[in-house]
Amino acid sequence: MSAVAFTGPSVMDIDAAKIRGAGSNVHFDKVSVAYGAHVVLHPLTLDIAPGEILAMIGPSGSGKTTALRAVAGFVRPASGRIRIGATDVTDLPPYERGLGMVVQNYALFPHMRVEDNVAFGLRAQGADKALIGERVKDALATVGMATFARRYPRELSGGQQQRVAIARALAVRPRVLLLDEPLSALDAQIRRNMVEEIARLHRSLPGLTILYVTHDQTEALTLADKIAIMRDGRVCSHGPTTELYRRPPNRFTAEFLGRANLLPVTVAEAAGPKGFATARHGDALLTSAGRDEKAGDKSLLCIRPQHLSLTADSEHTNRIVGTLREVHWQGELTHLVLDVDGTPLRVSATKLPMALPEPGTKVPLFFAPADTSLLPEDAGV
Amino acid sequence: MSEALAIAAPTAGKREPGRLWIVPPAALLALLFFYPLALIVRQAFLDDGGAANAAEIIRVLHSRFFLNALVNTVTISVAATAGCLIVGLVLALILAFVPFPGSGFIARLIDTFIALPTFLVTLAFTFLYGSAGMLNSGLMEVFSLPLPPVDFLYSTWGVVLAEVTVYTPFILRPLLAAFSLVDRGQIEAASVLGARPFRIVRQVILPAAVPALIAGGSLCLLLTVNEFGIVLFIGAKGVITLPLLIYGKAIQESAYQVACIIATINIALSLGLFGLYRFAAGRLGA
Repeated sequence: MSAVAFTGPSVMDIDAAKIRGAGSNVHFDKVSVAYGAHVVLHPLTLDIAPGEILAMIGPSGSGKTTALRAVAGFVRPASGRIRIGATDVTDLPPYERGLGMVVQNYALFPHMRVEDNVAFGLRAQGADKALIGERVKDALATVGMATFARRYPRELSGGQQQRVAIARALAVRPRVLLLDEPLSALDAQIRRNMVEEIARLHRSLPGLTILYVTHDQTEALTLADKIAIMRDGRVCSHGPTTELYRRPPNRFTAEFLGRANLLPVTVAEAAGPKGFATARHGDALLTSAGRDEKAGDKSLLCIRPQHLSLTADSEHTNRIVGTLREVHWQGELTHLVLDVDGTPLRVSATKLPMALPEPGTKVPLFFAPADTSLLPEDAGV
Repeated sequence: MSEALAIAAPTAGKREPGRLWIVPPAALLALLFFYPLALIVRQAFLDDGGAANAAEIIRVLHSRFFLNALVNTVTISVAATAGCLIVGLVLALILAFVPFPGSGFIARLIDTFIALPTFLVTLAFTFLYGSAGMLNSGLMEVFSLPLPPVDFLYSTWGVVLAEVTVYTPFILRPLLAAFSLVDRGQIEAASVLGARPFRIVRQVILPAAVPALIAGGSLCLLLTVNEFGIVLFIGAKGVITLPLLIYGKAIQESAYQVACIIATINIALSLGLFGLYRFAAGRLGA
């Protein structure tokens, strides 16, 4: 067996069982990236736990891909350190970092057969022939491409090529898998299937640490244990996926992740022992899950479009009235836009009354206190 | 059936518009290119008095001067092409994959060599490396040498060096075009997977550049086989190539049949190389 290329655990050292048991954490320690005077990533401190999927999401130019490329070694930080496991990789070249990477356009080697593509990393790291054969077979079987081993990339569909790219990255048993918008080039149906497949893959390799960069919130919500939302080169929020979705800490997070409605309110009564506060919007007194707001504070009431209902029941005890402006029927969902004292509220409903009111009419909306949260009005970051 | 015939009849009798436009360029080509070419081939079989003389062909093909010229031509063109491929490949890799400010300017500067007459480089080389050139004068002065110490210019290798300098851009251009099409994602993926730069060049970049290398290489071979100006200008002792031999036999010795026999062989060699170039260029999509 020949020497290995990177300084961390090698492809020959880590077997599948070890991968399942222990992945490596990734630690950004005040990492910043600048091109000349233009700072594209402000000092970032973030930890990805072993076996965790962290999704970095944000609009174009928010710095998410730069952060991923800094981990891969393609971008040199202007300051700060990056550690993978116990290894400080900041000054290591990409080929010594022990990573796997999948990019948007697959980046398969067109002149190599599928099996040679998958074997590429193992050969580069000097693995012996028997191990290469075994790993290639395993990796292709993992992504359901075992029967395509002798094909060339041009003979595969986009989804199949992306599976091969994932197999190629997995075959080297990486310490961390970097996924840079891996599904963006696929059409919607295949993308949905691939999200499910990646989720399944991670369930079968729970020790694999994944940094997943995407601008698609559905992919992030489906796959990630934690999400970091990037904006203008900074992390504007970071936390467990469900927590970030249910209790967004600021306006940008609430709007970017799930397009929440934000209704300006004034806190009437701070949250009690059960965690519910009351807030006033015009004449309406609304109950919402609260944080540490004080009576009289200006706040934003965050309600998801799917949590607003046109009908009242024992849970949907909050009531507010808006003017119906637009109705968009999309088959399984109907989207309504209402105006509540100048604030547009979006409603996504699967069930609607048989006769929808005409645009321009006043419509009552109902929602449950548990489905809402309050966030400070000035937390616009 | 009759209706079909009625429809087909007028179109069958109709002349394709613009069909006669082939005549002027074909006539021009025939007059300026094919006819003189045919005259050369015909003259190869006739002696200077106009009588058929096929035996002369056998004599020329077995002559020392022809074989020497053929060996020189092949040696120089193969060596120059290999040099162009190596220098062109290294330069193209640097210009395409090693980011440095001004790389575009350097690429364009190298391109300008294509626009210059080939003997100009030879002239510059004479000033630099010739017997009375800067290098020799400097060395003679510094080390008090009685004779110029550097005299490679007036040898086969001087011709090769001059041809490498002149024809490297012919390799560089298609290589840069091919490299610009290489997906940077493939290079990055290979690097993350553990491949070092040399392996990436060998296994990822070069396979994508093979058609460009073949196209550029065969064009280079074609041009160096027929190179006349550089060899004449350097005037290296004993370095006679086929074009120089044709010139000598036709102009200096007035041995037209011999010149035409050699020219015919030179043409066949060139056409063979041109065929290779077109095949490779076709694969490249040029």
